Amino acid sequence: MSAVTQDTAVSTGRATRAFLYLILILFALFYLLPLYVMGVNSLKPLPEITGGNMMALPSTWTLDPWRSAWSTAQIGVEPTGLKPYFLNSILMVVPAVAISTIVGALNGYVLTKWRFRYDTWVFGLMLFSCFIPFQIVLIPMAVVLGKLGLAGSVPGLILVHVVYGIGFTTLYFRNYYASFPTELIRAAQIDGAGFFRIFWRILLPVSGPIAVVSVIWQFTNIWNDFLFGVSFGGTSQPMTVALNNLVQSSTGVKEYNVHFAGAILAALPTLFVYIVAGRYFVRGLMAGSVKG
Amino acid sequence: MGFLDIRNVTKSYGQVEVLHRVDIAVEEGEFLVLVGPSGCGKSTLLNMIAGLEAITGGEIAIKNRVVNGVHPSKRNIAMVFQSYALYPNMTVGQNMTFGLEMHGVPKPERDKALASVAKLLQIDHLLDRKPGQLSGGQRQRVAMGRALVRNPDVFLFDEPLSNLDAKLRVDMRTEIKKLHHNLKTTIVYVTHDQIEAMTLSTRIAVMNKGFVQQLGTPKEIYDTPANVFVATFMGSPAMNIIPATVVMEGGQPHAAVTDAEGQVQHLRFSQPGLVAWAGKPILLGIRPEAITDPEGADRKSGNIVALKNRVTVTEPAGADTFVTMTLSGKDAIARMRADANVAAGQSFDFAVNMEKAVAFDPATEDRITA
Repeated sequence: MSAVTQDTAVSTGRATRAFLYLILILFALFYLLPLYVMGVNSLKPLPEITGGNMMALPSTWTLDPWRSAWSTAQIGVEPTGLKPYFLNSILMVVPAVAISTIVGALNGYVLTKWRFRYDTWVFGLMLFSCFIPFQIVLIPMAVVLGKLGLAGSVPGLILVHVVYGIGFTTLYFRNYYASFPTELIRAAQIDGAGFFRIFWRILLPVSGPIAVVSVIWQFTNIWNDFLFGVSFGGTSQPMTVALNNLVQSSTGVKEYNVHFAGAILAALPTLFVYIVAGRYFVRGLMAGSVKG
Repeated sequence: MGFLDIRNVTKSYGQVEVLHRVDIAVEEGEFLVLVGPSGCGKSTLLNMIAGLEAITGGEIAIKNRVVNGVHPSKRNIAMVFQSYALYPNMTVGQNMTFGLEMHGVPKPERDKALASVAKLLQIDHLLDRKPGQLSGGQRQRVAMGRALVRNPDVFLFDEPLSNLDAKLRVDMRTEIKKLHHNLKTTIVYVTHDQIEAMTLSTRIAVMNKGFVQQLGTPKEIYDTPANVFVATFMGSPAMNIIPATVVMEGGQPHAAVTDAEGQVQHLRFSQPGLVAWAGKPILLGIRPEAITDPEGADRKSGNIVALKNRVTVTEPAGADTFVTMTLSGKDAIARMRADANVAAGQSFDFAVNMEKAVAFDPATEDRITA
């Protein structure tokens, strides 16, 4: 009798393994390169950058560019730094994400468990909103915001982002809840739970993965949005617009180190959300897209 | 007036009527089984009793209160679902008391009810677990416990055993029967499994194509099926339905059938009333266990008829041996003792218990009552 051999589909020889890892590491380094460049250059004094060699580590380490980007850099005409705009973004993103996610969950619940005549049409139309480019709605949106008296304010931006996000969040939650057994809803009805009670006690506690997907998706999109911010932001412009104003200023010396620091500051929140909730993202995305 | 009255209930989806004028009065403590093939309307009827589907016509009354349009939670019913429908995020204990909580029952009372039901079903050690950590049989018990805790007027079971493996299904069947015997509750139970229907029920409603074909005790249904559908649906293997002609011999009606060799043989009926059908074709219905070897024939029967015929196939099944022969061009199955001396391809002396035979009108397929 010969010894039992482990014949599997994937060849796992030592050399193959090493080769695989080498390739993966090279790719990872390649993807990390921009972050590295931004990081090192945001910690250098300006002359070191203009003197050439973007790739080198700083010879003099300094946090001044970060301080400047955060609180003193010239944004447009005011030397305020990015701080007030960062706050604007937070004030806009948190309610917009929360509201669009909650409304999306409710929509998904109604569209799957409280079916009504032509509900698939309603869903189809909501889905359609995902495909409308931002530019098309700019003027009608401006008119609506003007009539509501919300133009150029944070609540106005929240409204815009909620309206735009509901299509996506509804899609996520509807597909997720489609695979949720309807018998459970019926059982809860017999037990005497009403519409909101069933949602709150039965459905929401198992919606974790898809809620994470919805939050990440909405957070990234809203935080990174520039067009709506620049169009409807008025005096309360978000971080992205401020960053543009910082980087694109056409007067004076271009302070690349400050620009790098500002760009990292603008990207930090989304990075944070991905790191904290990222592993749920793929899980939830799969659950929401494949099933149902 | 029954405890649960289903009066002339119909159900339509748009123009299509799927349930036609169902009329059943269920007494208190009765175990009514709705049985039929899929699509016969049995689950629809159950859902209408539960209030999960609207009633198109007629009315349903529980304890003399018409419940049409009453919310499911206000009908004082409890339902056990096929998939058990346990709330995945709650523990077993929370699952079982959720209904009481929704009805505003205070916590001490809830805990008391939970404790007594958990003890009854022997699931007290599982109360802190989540449904995902339970086996199929345990989930089944919890689902029943959730129904019991409410102490409802009527229990509704929607194919509760069909998700279990064969052995567990038999065990739980016995369990449900015991439970009904001890608690004397009123139960409406939906299944497509005719054995479940026979073993559990005090009465059976056999349904097909939206009609109640027959309503009666298991014995009535089995021995005197109302029509060919009921005869063949209930019982396994199914009742043999053989084309025959009624002939008169010595003043007695006989069924004339042809054997495998093409010879006509006469089987004497026990029902003299079939005289009226003399010379006419009928469908002869004989249960497999009414065809045996001569030694295995029922000694109490007053009408055992000998039938010589060739054996097509024998199927030993442990306790019984199933023997197939050809009668009037159709396969007929006989159920014999395991040690009956019978071999395929040979001629054999069958004994037919004609006391158990029934006759159907070939045109309407209804049983001829004579």
